[in-house]
Amino acid sequence: METQSTEFLNYTVNFGPQHPAAHGVLRLLLELDGEVVERADPHIGFLHRGTEKLLEHKTYLQGVPYFDRLDYMSMMSEEHSWVLAVEKLMGIQVPERGQYIRVIFAELTRILNHLLFLGAHGLDVGAMTMFIYCFRERERIMDMYEAVCGARMHAAYFRPGGVSRDLPDGLAEKIQAFTEDFPSKIDEYETLLTNNRIWKQRLVDIGVVTAAEALDMGYVGPMLRGSGIAWDLRKAEPYDAYDRVAFDIPVGKNGDSYDRYLVRVEEIRQSNRIIQQCLKQMPTGPVKTENFKSSVPYRKEMQQGMESLILHFKQFSGGFEAPVGEVYAATESPKGEFGVYIISHGGNKPYRVKIRAAGFNHLQSLKTILKGHMLADVTTIVGTIDIVFGEIDR
Amino acid sequence: MSPETLDQLEATMAARFPELPREKLADALIVRVQPERLVETMTRLRDDPELDFKMMIDLAGVHYPEREQPLEVVYQLLSVYKNHRLRVKVAIGEGVAVPSVIPVWSCADWYEREAYDLLGILFSGHPDLRRILNDYDFDGHPLRKDFPVTGRYEVRYDETLGRIVREPVALERANREPYRHTL
Repeated sequence: METQSTEFLNYTVNFGPQHPAAHGVLRLLLELDGEVVERADPHIGFLHRGTEKLLEHKTYLQGVPYFDRLDYMSMMSEEHSWVLAVEKLMGIQVPERGQYIRVIFAELTRILNHLLFLGAHGLDVGAMTMFIYCFRERERIMDMYEAVCGARMHAAYFRPGGVSRDLPDGLAEKIQAFTEDFPSKIDEYETLLTNNRIWKQRLVDIGVVTAAEALDMGYVGPMLRGSGIAWDLRKAEPYDAYDRVAFDIPVGKNGDSYDRYLVRVEEIRQSNRIIQQCLKQMPTGPVKTENFKSSVPYRKEMQQGMESLILHFKQFSGGFEAPVGEVYAATESPKGEFGVYIISHGGNKPYRVKIRAAGFNHLQSLKTILKGHMLADVTTIVGTIDIVFGEIDR
Repeated sequence: MSPETLDQLEATMAARFPELPREKLADALIVRVQPERLVETMTRLRDDPELDFKMMIDLAGVHYPEREQPLEVVYQLLSVYKNHRLRVKVAIGEGVAVPSVIPVWSCADWYEREAYDLLGILFSGHPDLRRILNDYDFDGHPLRKDFPVTGRYEVRYDETLGRIVREPVALERANREPYRHTL
């Protein structure tokens, strides 16, 4: 008897750039064998704005707002890397109060980012309530952003030499009240997800990355810690006031999506703890360096004193002159190591700026970690790497 | 990086790689490598237990039009177990390819594509060297110093032709650079 064989050809699916689960403008070419992903090819660049080129034509102070717009979900953390790099290049010392304020806002930003991760990841997997709960708390942090700098998202609050202004009256109490109240909200999220059967079925053993693979693929931040490597720049290379606060680094065990979720939830708790310590330890005093050759003079003095007026004018028309040299400064942004490499040939503009975005490596690893997973798991894995295209495309 | 770690790293590098020119900055150590020796050097840097650079954290291309070898690739290496960093630089001439370091660190793939896209640096042995950030049919390499910040072409939809047209950039006023005060 003759046997009849039918051959099925692989099927290519174009996922995005307009797809609700693509977290922005990801275009993913998926080659499917039935429902199993055989090959994945992520295409990026739909949000490329040429930030690195633009920074070569801006003064160091004018560069700050561009960083808000890189990872537009963790705005102040990106500014943090830029101002640290400029301070390192210029040799600027930041007063202690300024350092504490920066740490408070960097940690609030971490909460802001991880809440979006939780909400969006929940939504991708089917837990709609998470999105609404997380955005409720995000709104309170946005209000703090607004109170401190006037903008809800694109803050431009961190400046080389400190922060642009001191906390307004009552904000410290408001943040304190938030940190006291917030742990109960995290418990609320956890009751919805951590032991939820559907959540576990969708996340456990999905997107497993071993420690060696994570290093080879250049993973950083919660992605690396989820794979079991306790690497955190806040501990390894402390900047600002991180060496004066106590906190723990959560580490995953299996390197799957569920571990990365647990790591991020624990990080929110630790951030809350850091903020509480900072509010307690924060001294009074200036919030930015008072060498006004490299920072903007106080407005009141500018309106009364001649020298301050001249310096103010020079800051905003020409900026400050940087020495010749090159620096690399990195911070532990919510997504991982966010680095800025500045090459200066003197003058008021950088010669070359390279931005090292955390999500870039995470996204390129989709090529390998998606292989062999089902199509429905693609959204879980895209969600677990917590991508924001602003920083990947730059 | 603390001064002690930096001193120790420099001593190790001097012992293991005496032939590589070193440059010590306040907080970083830079070594320069010839392109022919790159992959071999990088593999040794990764596998040596004292150096242990298991991660390539960044790859940046730089364009110096006035130099004899106008293009440079800067690798930022990191060891998470030793907590130290190293900067490796490779200078090359126009049209000369740098050997790809994908066999050493697989994350180099997109970084090399990016350096090719933005600066036109070629990488030999790269399996898939195509544009990554710019448009699929983009012309030129925008991070080169001779590329204008406004770009060369602008794109708009033409009502009469009923399609998208691409024209040279025409600005009402020239792009303004930050003013430089002469002291």
